[in-house]
Amino acid sequence: MTSDTKPVVRRKLVVFACFLVTAVTLIPVVMMVLVAFQSDDESMAAKPAFWPSSWHPENLGRVFDLVPLSRYLLNTVYFAAGTTILETVTAALAAYAFARLNFRGRSWLFGVYLATLMIPSQVTLIPQFVLVAKLHGIDTWPGMIVPHAFTAIGVFLLRQFFLGIPRDYEEAARLDGANRWQAFVRVIVPLALPAIATLAVFKFIGQWNNLLWPLVISNSDATRTVPVGLQVFQDINGTQWNLLLMAATFTTIPLIILFFLTQRWFVRGITMSGLGGR
Amino acid sequence: MAVDTPPATSTYLQLTPAPTRRRRSREALTAWLFLLPSLIGFLVFTAGPVVAAGVISLLDWNLFSSPTWVGLRNFARLGPDPTFWSALGNTAYFTLVSVPLTILVSLALALLLNQGLRRIAVFRSLLLLPYATITVAVAFVWIWLYIPHDGLVNAVLGWFGISGPAWLVSDSWAMPALIIMSVWKSFGFGMVVILAGLQAIPQQLYEAGRVDGASPWHSFRHITLPMLSPALFFVVVTSVIGSFQVFDQALIMTNGGPGTRTTTLVMYIYQTGFKNYDQGYAAAQSLALFAFIVLITAGQFLFQRKLVHYDK
Repeated sequence: MTSDTKPVVRRKLVVFACFLVTAVTLIPVVMMVLVAFQSDDESMAAKPAFWPSSWHPENLGRVFDLVPLSRYLLNTVYFAAGTTILETVTAALAAYAFARLNFRGRSWLFGVYLATLMIPSQVTLIPQFVLVAKLHGIDTWPGMIVPHAFTAIGVFLLRQFFLGIPRDYEEAARLDGANRWQAFVRVIVPLALPAIATLAVFKFIGQWNNLLWPLVISNSDATRTVPVGLQVFQDINGTQWNLLLMAATFTTIPLIILFFLTQRWFVRGITMSGLGGR
Repeated sequence: MAVDTPPATSTYLQLTPAPTRRRRSREALTAWLFLLPSLIGFLVFTAGPVVAAGVISLLDWNLFSSPTWVGLRNFARLGPDPTFWSALGNTAYFTLVSVPLTILVSLALALLLNQGLRRIAVFRSLLLLPYATITVAVAFVWIWLYIPHDGLVNAVLGWFGISGPAWLVSDSWAMPALIIMSVWKSFGFGMVVILAGLQAIPQQLYEAGRVDGASPWHSFRHITLPMLSPALFFVVVTSVIGSFQVFDQALIMTNGGPGTRTTTLVMYIYQTGFKNYDQGYAAAQSLALFAFIVLITAGQFLFQRKLVHYDK
Protein backbone atom coordinates (compact mmCIF):
# COMPACT_ATOMS: atom_id res chain seq x y z
CA MET A 1 0.00 0.00 0.00
CA THR A 2 1.51 3.28 -1.05
CA SER A 3 1.24 6.46 0.97
CA ASP A 4 -1.25 7.83 -1.62
CA THR A 5 -3.91 5.13 -1.27
CA LYS A 6 -3.64 4.72 2.47
CA PRO A 7 -5.61 7.81 3.55
CA VAL A 8 -8.36 7.08 1.00
CA VAL A 9 -8.79 3.48 2.12
CA ARG A 10 -8.70 4.59 5.72
CA ARG A 11 -11.33 7.26 5.17
CA LYS A 12 -13.60 4.73 3.46
CA LEU A 13 -13.16 2.36 6.38
CA VAL A 14 -14.02 5.11 8.87
CA VAL A 15 -17.15 6.08 6.93
CA PHE A 16 -18.17 2.43 6.68
CA ALA A 17 -17.64 1.93 10.41
CA CYS A 18 -19.69 5.03 11.17
CA PHE A 19 -22.54 3.77 9.00
CA LEU A 20 -22.45 0.31 10.52
CA VAL A 21 -22.36 1.50 14.13
CA THR A 22 -25.10 4.07 13.55
CA ALA A 23 -27.33 1.52 11.78
CA VAL A 24 -27.04 -1.00 14.62
CA THR A 25 -27.56 1.71 17.23
CA LEU A 26 -30.72 2.96 15.59
CA ILE A 27 -32.44 -0.45 15.29
CA PRO A 28 -34.55 0.05 18.44
CA VAL A 29 -35.55 3.56 17.34
CA VAL A 30 -36.48 2.36 13.83
CA MET A 31 -38.41 -0.54 15.31
CA MET A 32 -40.35 1.82 17.55
CA VAL A 33 -41.55 3.72 14.47
CA LEU A 34 -42.27 0.62 12.34
CA VAL A 35 -44.30 -1.21 14.97
CA ALA A 36 -46.30 1.96 15.59
CA PHE A 37 -47.81 1.57 12.09
CA GLN A 38 -48.63 -2.15 12.29
CA SER A 39 -52.09 -3.65 12.73
CA ASP A 40 -53.17 -4.90 16.16
CA ASP A 41 -52.87 -8.56 15.18
CA GLU A 42 -49.46 -8.11 13.64
CA SER A 43 -47.94 -6.19 16.55
CA MET A 44 -49.38 -8.57 19.14
CA ALA A 45 -48.52 -11.79 17.31
CA ALA A 46 -46.27 -14.32 19.00
CA LYS A 47 -43.78 -13.89 16.17
CA PRO A 48 -43.38 -10.11 15.81
CA ALA A 49 -42.78 -8.79 12.31
CA PHE A 50 -40.14 -6.16 11.73
CA TRP A 51 -41.62 -4.61 8.61
CA PRO A 52 -45.38 -3.84 8.66
CA SER A 53 -47.30 -5.94 6.09
CA SER A 54 -49.90 -3.18 6.01
CA TRP A 55 -49.58 0.42 7.22
CA HIS A 56 -52.01 1.84 9.77
CA PRO A 57 -51.48 5.58 10.25
CA GLU A 58 -54.94 5.69 11.88
CA ASN A 59 -53.25 4.23 14.98
CA LEU A 60 -52.35 7.78 15.95
CA GLY A 61 -56.01 8.78 16.07
CA ARG A 62 -56.82 5.67 18.13
CA VAL A 63 -54.12 6.61 20.64
CA PHE A 64 -55.66 10.05 21.05
CA ASP A 65 -59.06 8.44 21.62
CA LEU A 66 -57.67 6.22 24.37
CA VAL A 67 -55.43 8.60 26.33
CA PRO A 68 -55.23 12.40 26.60
CA LEU A 69 -51.86 12.35 24.85
CA SER A 70 -51.78 16.01 23.86
CA ARG A 71 -52.53 16.90 27.49
CA TYR A 72 -49.61 14.72 28.68
CA LEU A 73 -47.34 16.17 26.03
CA LEU A 74 -48.18 19.73 27.01
CA ASN A 75 -47.65 18.79 30.67
CA THR A 76 -44.22 17.38 29.86
CA VAL A 77 -43.30 20.60 28.04
CA TYR A 78 -44.45 22.65 31.06
CA PHE A 79 -42.49 20.51 33.47
CA ALA A 80 -39.28 20.33 31.42
CA ALA A 81 -39.35 23.98 30.33
CA GLY A 82 -40.25 25.27 33.80
CA THR A 83 -37.45 23.43 35.57
CA THR A 84 -34.99 24.30 32.80
CA ILE A 85 -35.67 28.04 32.84
CA LEU A 86 -35.67 28.30 36.63
CA GLU A 87 -32.51 26.22 36.97
CA THR A 88 -30.57 28.02 34.24
CA VAL A 89 -31.32 31.51 35.57
CA THR A 90 -30.58 30.76 39.24
CA ALA A 91 -27.48 28.69 38.40
CA ALA A 92 -26.05 31.45 36.19
CA LEU A 93 -26.50 34.05 38.95
CA ALA A 94 -24.94 31.84 41.61
CA ALA A 95 -22.10 30.76 39.32
CA TYR A 96 -21.23 34.40 38.69
CA ALA A 97 -20.96 35.07 42.43
CA PHE A 98 -18.72 32.01 42.89
CA ALA A 99 -16.54 32.84 39.88
CA ARG A 100 -16.15 36.60 40.13
CA LEU A 101 -17.12 38.07 43.49
CA ASN A 102 -15.26 37.91 46.77
CA PHE A 103 -17.13 37.20 49.94
CA ARG A 104 -16.39 35.47 53.20
CA GLY A 105 -17.09 31.73 53.11
CA ARG A 106 -17.06 31.46 49.33
CA SER A 107 -14.87 28.33 49.08
CA TRP A 108 -16.69 26.68 51.93
CA LEU A 109 -20.13 27.28 50.43
CA PHE A 110 -19.00 26.09 47.01
CA GLY A 111 -17.66 22.92 48.65
CA VAL A 112 -21.09 22.29 50.18
CA TYR A 113 -22.67 22.72 46.74
CA LEU A 114 -20.24 20.22 45.23
CA ALA A 115 -20.87 17.71 48.00
CA THR A 116 -24.56 17.61 47.15
CA LEU A 117 -23.75 16.44 43.60
CA MET A 118 -23.27 13.03 45.17
CA ILE A 119 -26.63 12.85 46.86
CA PRO A 120 -28.91 10.51 44.96
CA SER A 121 -32.30 12.03 44.24
CA GLN A 122 -33.90 9.18 46.19
CA VAL A 123 -32.41 10.45 49.46
CA THR A 124 -34.29 13.70 49.12
CA LEU A 125 -37.33 12.21 47.37
CA ILE A 126 -39.37 11.41 50.49
CA PRO A 127 -38.67 14.66 52.39
CA GLN A 128 -39.31 16.65 49.20
CA PHE A 129 -42.56 14.76 48.75
CA VAL A 130 -43.58 15.49 52.36
CA LEU A 131 -42.62 19.15 52.00
CA VAL A 132 -44.64 19.48 48.81
CA ALA A 133 -47.59 17.68 50.45
CA LYS A 134 -47.43 20.01 53.47
CA LEU A 135 -47.47 23.03 51.15
CA HIS A 136 -50.47 21.54 49.31
CA GLY A 137 -48.36 21.23 46.18
CA ILE A 138 -49.31 17.67 45.17
CA ASP A 139 -50.66 17.64 41.62
CA THR A 140 -49.82 21.34 41.08
CA TRP A 141 -47.24 22.92 38.76
CA PRO A 142 -45.23 24.67 41.47
CA GLY A 143 -45.08 21.38 43.36
CA MET A 144 -43.80 19.58 40.27
CA ILE A 145 -41.33 22.21 39.04
CA VAL A 146 -39.78 24.17 41.92
CA PRO A 147 -38.20 21.31 43.94
CA HIS A 148 -36.35 20.10 40.84
CA ALA A 149 -34.96 23.43 39.68
CA PHE A 150 -31.98 23.83 42.03
CA THR A 151 -29.10 21.47 41.43
CA ALA A 152 -25.40 21.97 42.03
CA ILE A 153 -24.38 20.59 38.65
CA GLY A 154 -25.59 23.68 36.82
CA VAL A 155 -23.75 26.01 39.19
CA PHE A 156 -20.61 23.88 38.84
CA LEU A 157 -20.69 23.79 35.02
CA LEU A 158 -21.31 27.52 34.60
CA ARG A 159 -18.74 28.53 37.22
CA GLN A 160 -16.07 26.56 35.33
CA PHE A 161 -17.00 28.43 32.21
CA PHE A 162 -17.18 31.90 33.77
CA LEU A 163 -13.69 31.41 35.21
CA GLY A 164 -12.45 30.93 31.67
CA ILE A 165 -13.74 34.33 30.46
CA PRO A 166 -10.95 36.94 30.52
CA ARG A 167 -11.51 39.55 33.22
CA ASP A 168 -10.55 42.41 30.91
CA TYR A 169 -13.88 42.20 29.07
CA GLU A 170 -15.71 42.92 32.28
CA GLU A 171 -13.17 45.52 33.43
CA ALA A 172 -13.76 47.48 30.24
CA ALA A 173 -17.50 47.53 30.85
CA ARG A 174 -16.97 48.54 34.48
CA LEU A 175 -14.72 51.43 33.45
CA ASP A 176 -17.53 52.59 31.18
CA GLY A 177 -19.65 52.90 34.30
CA ALA A 178 -21.54 49.61 34.21
CA ASN A 179 -22.37 48.11 37.60
CA ARG A 180 -21.98 44.42 38.42
CA TRP A 181 -25.45 43.51 37.27
CA GLN A 182 -25.03 45.28 33.93
CA ALA A 183 -21.62 43.68 33.41
CA PHE A 184 -23.15 40.28 34.08
CA VAL A 185 -26.08 40.77 31.73
CA ARG A 186 -24.21 42.55 28.91
CA VAL A 187 -20.81 40.86 28.99
CA ILE A 188 -20.83 37.53 30.81
CA VAL A 189 -24.17 36.11 29.68
CA PRO A 190 -23.62 36.73 25.94
CA LEU A 191 -20.11 35.25 26.11
CA ALA A 192 -21.31 32.25 28.12
CA LEU A 193 -24.33 31.53 25.95
CA PRO A 194 -22.96 28.20 24.63
CA ALA A 195 -22.42 26.90 28.17
CA ILE A 196 -25.82 28.16 29.29
CA ALA A 197 -27.45 26.49 26.27
CA THR A 198 -25.62 23.25 27.06
CA LEU A 199 -26.92 23.27 30.61
CA ALA A 200 -30.42 24.08 29.40
CA VAL A 201 -30.50 21.23 26.86
CA PHE A 202 -29.13 18.65 29.31
CA LYS A 203 -31.62 19.75 31.92
CA PHE A 204 -34.53 19.72 29.46
CA ILE A 205 -33.77 16.19 28.24
CA GLY A 206 -33.25 14.96 31.78
CA GLN A 207 -36.59 16.31 32.94
CA TRP A 208 -38.41 15.23 29.78
CA ASN A 209 -37.34 11.72 30.71
CA ASN A 210 -37.89 12.04 34.45
CA LEU A 211 -40.20 9.28 35.63
CA LEU A 212 -39.75 9.08 39.39
CA TRP A 213 -40.65 12.61 40.50
CA PRO A 214 -43.80 13.06 38.35
CA LEU A 215 -44.80 9.50 39.29
CA VAL A 216 -44.83 10.54 42.95
CA ILE A 217 -46.21 14.09 42.64
CA SER A 218 -48.79 14.00 39.85
CA ASN A 219 -51.90 11.97 40.48
CA SER A 220 -54.30 13.18 37.83
CA ASP A 221 -54.31 13.97 34.12
CA ALA A 222 -53.94 17.66 35.00
CA THR A 223 -50.20 17.27 35.64
CA ARG A 224 -49.43 13.75 34.37
CA THR A 225 -46.38 13.73 32.08
CA VAL A 226 -45.70 11.42 29.15
CA PRO A 227 -43.30 9.01 30.92
CA VAL A 228 -45.91 8.44 33.62
CA GLY A 229 -48.77 8.47 31.12
CA LEU A 230 -47.23 5.71 28.98
CA GLN A 231 -47.22 3.45 32.03
CA VAL A 232 -50.89 4.06 32.66
CA PHE A 233 -51.42 3.34 28.99
CA GLN A 234 -49.83 -0.06 29.38
CA ASP A 235 -52.20 -0.90 32.22
CA ILE A 236 -55.26 -0.11 30.13
CA ASN A 237 -54.24 -2.05 27.07
CA GLY A 238 -52.08 -4.88 28.30
CA THR A 239 -49.57 -5.05 25.49
CA GLN A 240 -51.07 -3.12 22.61
CA TRP A 241 -47.63 -2.61 21.19
CA ASN A 242 -48.61 -0.70 18.09
CA LEU A 243 -50.59 1.97 19.97
CA LEU A 244 -48.02 2.20 22.75
CA LEU A 245 -45.18 2.77 20.35
CA MET A 246 -47.23 5.17 18.26
CA ALA A 247 -47.69 7.28 21.40
CA ALA A 248 -43.98 6.94 22.17
CA THR A 249 -42.93 7.90 18.64
CA PHE A 250 -45.22 10.88 18.62
CA THR A 251 -43.87 12.16 21.93
CA THR A 252 -40.22 11.57 21.02
CA ILE A 253 -40.40 13.75 17.91
CA PRO A 254 -40.39 17.14 19.74
CA LEU A 255 -37.33 16.18 21.74
CA ILE A 256 -35.46 15.02 18.64
CA ILE A 257 -36.27 18.28 16.86
CA LEU A 258 -34.97 20.21 19.86
CA PHE A 259 -31.86 18.11 19.83
CA PHE A 260 -31.08 18.69 16.17
CA LEU A 261 -31.59 22.42 16.59
CA THR A 262 -29.31 22.71 19.59
CA GLN A 263 -26.61 20.10 19.16
CA ARG A 264 -24.06 22.51 17.72
CA TRP A 265 -24.30 24.54 20.92
CA PHE A 266 -24.11 21.39 22.90
CA VAL A 267 -20.71 20.28 21.72
CA ARG A 268 -19.21 23.75 21.68
CA GLY A 269 -20.56 24.43 25.14
CA ILE A 270 -18.88 21.44 26.71
CA THR A 271 -15.64 22.08 24.88
CA MET A 272 -15.45 25.52 26.43
CA SER A 273 -16.42 24.60 29.97
CA GLY A 274 -13.03 23.31 31.04
CA LEU A 275 -13.81 19.61 30.68
CA GLY A 276 -11.69 19.22 27.58
CA GLY A 277 -8.21 17.75 27.64
CA ARG A 278 -6.40 20.79 28.90
CA MET B 1 -9.41 25.45 39.60
CA ALA B 2 -8.39 28.24 41.95
CA VAL B 3 -11.35 28.86 44.22
CA ASP B 4 -9.91 32.01 45.75
CA THR B 5 -8.94 34.35 42.95
CA PRO B 6 -7.57 37.74 43.99
CA PRO B 7 -9.82 40.75 43.46
CA ALA B 8 -9.79 41.95 39.89
CA THR B 9 -7.31 44.64 39.06
CA SER B 10 -6.52 45.35 35.49
CA THR B 11 -2.87 44.46 35.12
CA TYR B 12 -1.84 46.88 32.45
CA LEU B 13 -4.26 49.71 33.21
CA GLN B 14 -3.83 50.68 36.84
CA LEU B 15 -7.08 52.59 36.83
CA THR B 16 -8.96 50.61 39.43
CA PRO B 17 -8.02 51.69 42.92
CA ALA B 18 -7.11 49.05 45.47
CA PRO B 19 -10.27 47.71 47.11
CA THR B 20 -11.10 49.47 50.35
CA ARG B 21 -13.01 47.87 53.22
CA ARG B 22 -16.23 49.60 52.17
CA ARG B 23 -15.92 48.38 48.60
CA ARG B 24 -15.22 44.87 49.80
CA SER B 25 -18.35 44.75 51.90
CA ARG B 26 -20.35 46.16 49.00
CA GLU B 27 -18.96 43.42 46.77
CA ALA B 28 -19.90 40.79 49.35
CA LEU B 29 -23.43 42.19 49.49
CA THR B 30 -23.66 42.02 45.69
CA ALA B 31 -22.38 38.45 45.80
CA TRP B 32 -25.05 37.37 48.30
CA LEU B 33 -27.74 39.02 46.20
CA PHE B 34 -26.56 37.04 43.15
CA LEU B 35 -26.52 33.86 45.24
CA LEU B 36 -29.86 34.40 46.94
CA PRO B 37 -32.31 32.71 44.51
CA SER B 38 -30.14 29.64 44.10
CA LEU B 39 -29.31 29.50 47.79
CA ILE B 40 -32.92 29.63 48.96
CA GLY B 41 -33.94 26.85 46.61
CA PHE B 42 -30.84 24.89 47.53
CA LEU B 43 -31.45 25.12 51.28
CA VAL B 44 -35.18 24.39 51.07
CA PHE B 45 -35.16 21.59 48.49
CA THR B 46 -31.74 19.95 48.83
CA ALA B 47 -30.04 20.67 52.16
CA GLY B 48 -33.29 20.64 54.15
CA PRO B 49 -34.51 17.31 52.72
CA VAL B 50 -31.13 15.67 53.40
CA VAL B 51 -31.39 16.64 57.07
CA ALA B 52 -35.06 15.59 57.07
CA ALA B 53 -34.17 12.18 55.62
CA GLY B 54 -31.92 11.72 58.64
CA VAL B 55 -34.83 12.51 60.97
CA ILE B 56 -37.36 10.34 59.09
CA SER B 57 -34.98 7.39 59.25
CA LEU B 58 -35.42 7.47 63.05
CA LEU B 59 -39.22 7.19 62.81
CA ASP B 60 -41.84 4.56 62.16
CA TRP B 61 -44.13 6.32 59.73
CA ASN B 62 -46.55 5.37 56.92
CA LEU B 63 -47.02 8.87 55.40
CA PHE B 64 -50.57 9.18 56.72
CA SER B 65 -50.79 8.59 60.47
CA SER B 66 -48.61 10.41 62.99
CA PRO B 67 -45.05 9.04 63.22
CA THR B 68 -43.59 7.23 66.23
CA TRP B 69 -39.97 7.50 67.34
CA VAL B 70 -38.00 4.26 66.93
CA GLY B 71 -34.39 5.50 67.15
CA LEU B 72 -31.90 3.43 65.18
CA ARG B 73 -34.23 0.46 64.73
CA ASN B 74 -34.67 1.12 61.00
CA PHE B 75 -30.92 0.86 60.49
CA ALA B 76 -30.86 -2.35 62.52
CA ARG B 77 -33.43 -3.79 60.07
CA LEU B 78 -31.00 -3.38 57.16
CA GLY B 79 -28.70 -6.13 58.41
CA PRO B 80 -31.09 -9.10 58.40
CA ASP B 81 -33.05 -7.94 55.32
CA PRO B 82 -32.11 -10.25 52.43
CA THR B 83 -33.83 -8.05 49.81
CA PHE B 84 -31.73 -5.04 50.84
CA TRP B 85 -28.49 -6.96 50.43
CA SER B 86 -29.52 -8.50 47.12
CA ALA B 87 -30.59 -5.03 45.93
CA LEU B 88 -27.18 -3.69 46.96
CA GLY B 89 -25.49 -6.60 45.19
CA ASN B 90 -27.58 -6.04 42.06
CA THR B 91 -26.73 -2.34 42.08
CA ALA B 92 -23.02 -3.08 42.45
CA TYR B 93 -23.21 -5.70 39.67
CA PHE B 94 -25.02 -3.24 37.39
CA THR B 95 -22.49 -0.47 38.12
CA LEU B 96 -19.36 -2.61 37.78
CA VAL B 97 -20.42 -3.91 34.37
CA SER B 98 -22.31 -0.99 32.86
CA VAL B 99 -19.87 1.82 33.71
CA PRO B 100 -16.76 0.30 32.05
CA LEU B 101 -18.90 -0.78 29.07
CA THR B 102 -20.41 2.68 28.71
CA ILE B 103 -16.97 4.31 28.91
CA LEU B 104 -15.52 1.91 26.33
CA VAL B 105 -18.39 2.42 23.88
CA SER B 106 -18.35 6.22 24.39
CA LEU B 107 -14.58 6.38 23.93
CA ALA B 108 -14.54 4.11 20.86
CA LEU B 109 -17.29 6.09 19.13
CA ALA B 110 -15.74 9.43 20.07
CA LEU B 111 -12.42 8.28 18.58
CA LEU B 112 -14.23 7.09 15.45
CA LEU B 113 -16.04 10.42 15.08
CA ASN B 114 -12.78 12.28 15.65
CA GLN B 115 -11.16 10.89 12.48
CA GLY B 116 -11.69 14.17 10.65
CA LEU B 117 -14.87 13.29 8.78
CA ARG B 118 -16.66 16.04 6.95
CA ARG B 119 -20.12 14.72 7.77
CA ILE B 120 -19.40 14.25 11.44
CA ALA B 121 -22.44 16.27 12.56
CA VAL B 122 -24.87 13.83 10.92
CA PHE B 123 -23.40 10.79 12.65
CA ARG B 124 -23.09 12.66 15.90
CA SER B 125 -26.76 13.59 15.83
CA LEU B 126 -27.87 10.09 14.89
CA LEU B 127 -25.70 8.47 17.55
CA LEU B 128 -27.20 10.80 20.13
CA LEU B 129 -30.73 9.63 19.30
CA PRO B 130 -30.84 6.87 21.92
CA TYR B 131 -29.93 9.41 24.58
CA ALA B 132 -32.70 11.72 23.38
CA THR B 133 -35.50 9.14 23.25
CA ILE B 134 -37.80 8.80 26.23
CA THR B 135 -36.42 6.05 28.45
CA VAL B 136 -39.89 4.81 29.25
CA ALA B 137 -40.75 4.54 25.55
CA VAL B 138 -37.68 2.71 24.32
CA ALA B 139 -37.81 0.39 27.33
CA PHE B 140 -40.98 -1.00 25.74
CA VAL B 141 -39.17 -1.59 22.44
CA TRP B 142 -36.39 -3.41 24.25
CA ILE B 143 -38.88 -5.72 26.00
CA TRP B 144 -40.01 -6.62 22.53
CA LEU B 145 -36.47 -7.08 21.17
CA TYR B 146 -35.80 -9.45 24.07
CA ILE B 147 -38.85 -11.72 23.54
CA PRO B 148 -37.41 -15.22 24.15
CA HIS B 149 -38.16 -17.13 20.92
CA ASP B 150 -39.02 -14.62 18.24
CA GLY B 151 -37.48 -11.37 19.47
CA LEU B 152 -34.97 -9.74 17.17
CA VAL B 153 -32.00 -10.29 19.51
CA ASN B 154 -32.47 -14.05 19.57
CA ALA B 155 -33.34 -14.15 15.87
CA VAL B 156 -29.96 -12.55 15.07
CA LEU B 157 -28.20 -14.91 17.47
CA GLY B 158 -30.00 -17.75 15.68
CA TRP B 159 -28.35 -16.82 12.36
CA PHE B 160 -25.05 -17.65 14.04
CA GLY B 161 -26.40 -20.90 15.40
CA ILE B 162 -26.64 -19.61 18.97
CA SER B 163 -29.87 -20.28 20.81
CA GLY B 164 -30.35 -17.15 22.85
CA PRO B 165 -31.50 -17.11 26.49
CA ALA B 166 -34.93 -16.05 27.74
CA TRP B 167 -33.36 -12.67 28.63
CA LEU B 168 -35.78 -10.69 30.80
CA VAL B 169 -37.38 -13.73 32.40
CA SER B 170 -34.12 -15.63 32.90
CA ASP B 171 -32.46 -15.63 36.31
CA SER B 172 -28.95 -15.15 34.99
CA TRP B 173 -29.66 -13.08 31.84
CA ALA B 174 -32.17 -10.49 33.08
CA MET B 175 -29.48 -8.22 34.53
CA PRO B 176 -27.17 -8.41 31.47
CA ALA B 177 -30.22 -7.58 29.32
CA LEU B 178 -30.88 -4.53 31.48
CA ILE B 179 -27.21 -3.51 31.28
CA ILE B 180 -27.08 -3.78 27.47
CA MET B 181 -30.16 -1.59 27.19
CA SER B 182 -28.76 0.96 29.68
CA VAL B 183 -25.42 1.23 27.88
CA TRP B 184 -27.30 1.77 24.61
CA LYS B 185 -29.39 4.45 26.29
CA SER B 186 -26.61 6.40 27.94
CA PHE B 187 -23.40 6.18 25.86
CA GLY B 188 -24.37 9.34 23.92
CA PHE B 189 -23.70 11.64 26.84
CA GLY B 190 -20.20 10.25 27.45
CA MET B 191 -19.50 10.27 23.72
CA VAL B 192 -20.25 14.00 23.45
CA VAL B 193 -18.09 14.88 26.46
CA ILE B 194 -15.17 12.73 25.29
CA LEU B 195 -15.45 14.04 21.74
CA ALA B 196 -15.25 17.58 23.09
CA GLY B 197 -12.16 16.57 25.08
CA LEU B 198 -10.54 15.03 21.99
CA GLN B 199 -11.14 18.14 19.92
CA ALA B 200 -9.46 20.27 22.58
CA ILE B 201 -6.14 18.37 22.39
CA PRO B 202 -3.55 20.54 20.62
CA GLN B 203 -2.58 18.98 17.29
CA GLN B 204 1.07 20.03 17.72
CA LEU B 205 1.48 17.29 20.30
CA TYR B 206 0.67 14.63 17.70
CA GLU B 207 2.90 16.25 15.11
CA ALA B 208 5.77 16.31 17.58
CA GLY B 209 5.12 12.63 18.30
CA ARG B 210 5.08 11.82 14.58
CA VAL B 211 8.46 13.53 14.14
CA ASP B 212 9.80 11.29 16.87
CA GLY B 213 8.39 8.28 15.00
CA ALA B 214 5.69 7.33 17.51
CA SER B 215 3.30 4.55 16.52
CA PRO B 216 -0.48 5.26 16.58
CA TRP B 217 -0.82 3.13 19.70
CA HIS B 218 2.07 4.92 21.36
CA SER B 219 0.64 8.36 20.70
CA PHE B 220 -2.80 7.21 21.90
CA ARG B 221 -1.30 5.79 25.08
CA HIS B 222 1.04 8.73 25.83
CA ILE B 223 -0.75 11.73 24.34
CA THR B 224 -4.49 11.07 23.92
CA LEU B 225 -5.21 9.22 27.16
CA PRO B 226 -3.34 11.59 29.51
CA MET B 227 -4.80 14.67 27.81
CA LEU B 228 -8.25 13.12 27.85
CA SER B 229 -8.15 11.95 31.45
CA PRO B 230 -10.01 14.95 32.99
CA ALA B 231 -12.93 14.44 30.58
CA LEU B 232 -12.83 10.67 31.11
CA PHE B 233 -12.81 11.17 34.86
CA PHE B 234 -15.85 13.43 34.64
CA VAL B 235 -17.68 10.78 32.60
CA VAL B 236 -16.68 7.99 35.01
CA VAL B 237 -17.89 9.89 38.09
CA THR B 238 -21.19 10.97 36.53
CA SER B 239 -21.76 7.45 35.12
CA VAL B 240 -21.16 5.80 38.47
CA ILE B 241 -23.51 8.21 40.25
CA GLY B 242 -26.07 7.69 37.48
CA SER B 243 -25.83 3.91 37.45
CA PHE B 244 -26.33 3.78 41.20
CA GLN B 245 -29.63 5.48 40.62
CA VAL B 246 -30.89 3.34 37.73
CA PHE B 247 -34.66 3.12 37.98
CA ASP B 248 -36.84 3.79 34.94
CA GLN B 249 -35.83 0.96 32.61
CA ALA B 250 -35.66 -1.57 35.45
CA LEU B 251 -39.17 -0.65 36.59
CA ILE B 252 -40.62 -1.12 33.11
CA MET B 253 -38.57 -3.95 31.66
CA THR B 254 -38.37 -6.32 34.63
CA ASN B 255 -40.11 -4.66 37.58
CA GLY B 256 -37.27 -6.05 39.66
CA GLY B 257 -37.84 -9.65 38.57
CA PRO B 258 -37.44 -12.51 38.10
CA GLY B 259 -37.72 -12.78 41.88
CA THR B 260 -35.47 -9.96 43.07
CA ARG B 261 -32.76 -10.57 40.45
CA THR B 262 -32.95 -7.07 39.01
CA THR B 263 -34.27 -5.16 42.02
CA THR B 264 -31.90 -2.22 42.35
CA LEU B 265 -31.54 -0.21 45.55
CA VAL B 266 -33.52 2.70 44.16
CA MET B 267 -36.35 0.38 43.13
CA TYR B 268 -36.37 -1.20 46.56
CA ILE B 269 -36.48 2.26 48.19
CA TYR B 270 -39.39 3.19 45.94
CA GLN B 271 -41.27 -0.02 46.80
CA THR B 272 -40.60 0.35 50.53
CA GLY B 273 -41.65 3.98 50.74
CA PHE B 274 -44.47 4.25 48.22
CA LYS B 275 -45.83 0.71 47.85
CA ASN B 276 -45.45 -0.57 51.43
CA TYR B 277 -45.69 2.92 52.98
CA ASP B 278 -42.75 2.25 55.27
CA GLN B 279 -41.18 5.70 55.08
CA GLY B 280 -38.75 5.40 57.99
CA TYR B 281 -37.17 2.27 56.60
CA ALA B 282 -37.04 3.74 53.08
CA ALA B 283 -35.15 6.77 54.47
CA ALA B 284 -32.68 4.49 56.26
CA GLN B 285 -32.12 2.62 52.99
CA SER B 286 -31.55 5.81 51.04
CA LEU B 287 -29.03 7.08 53.60
CA ALA B 288 -27.21 3.75 53.28
CA LEU B 289 -27.19 4.25 49.50
CA PHE B 290 -25.84 7.78 49.97
CA ALA B 291 -23.07 6.42 52.20
CA PHE B 292 -22.07 3.92 49.51
CA ILE B 293 -22.00 6.57 46.79
CA VAL B 294 -19.89 8.90 48.96
CA LEU B 295 -17.44 6.09 49.73
CA ILE B 296 -17.10 5.09 46.09
CA THR B 297 -16.84 8.67 44.81
CA ALA B 298 -14.23 9.47 47.47
CA GLY B 299 -12.37 6.36 46.32
CA GLN B 300 -12.50 7.60 42.74
CA PHE B 301 -11.11 10.98 43.76
CA LEU B 302 -8.23 9.34 45.65
CA PHE B 303 -7.61 7.09 42.67
CA GLN B 304 -7.62 9.97 40.19
CA ARG B 305 -4.54 11.57 41.76
CA LYS B 306 -2.60 8.64 40.36
CA LEU B 307 -4.35 8.44 36.99
CA VAL B 308 -5.70 11.81 35.95
CA HIS B 309 -3.29 14.23 34.38
CA TYR B 310 -4.03 17.89 35.08
CA ASP B 311 -1.93 20.42 33.26
CA LYS B 312 -0.68 22.91 35.81
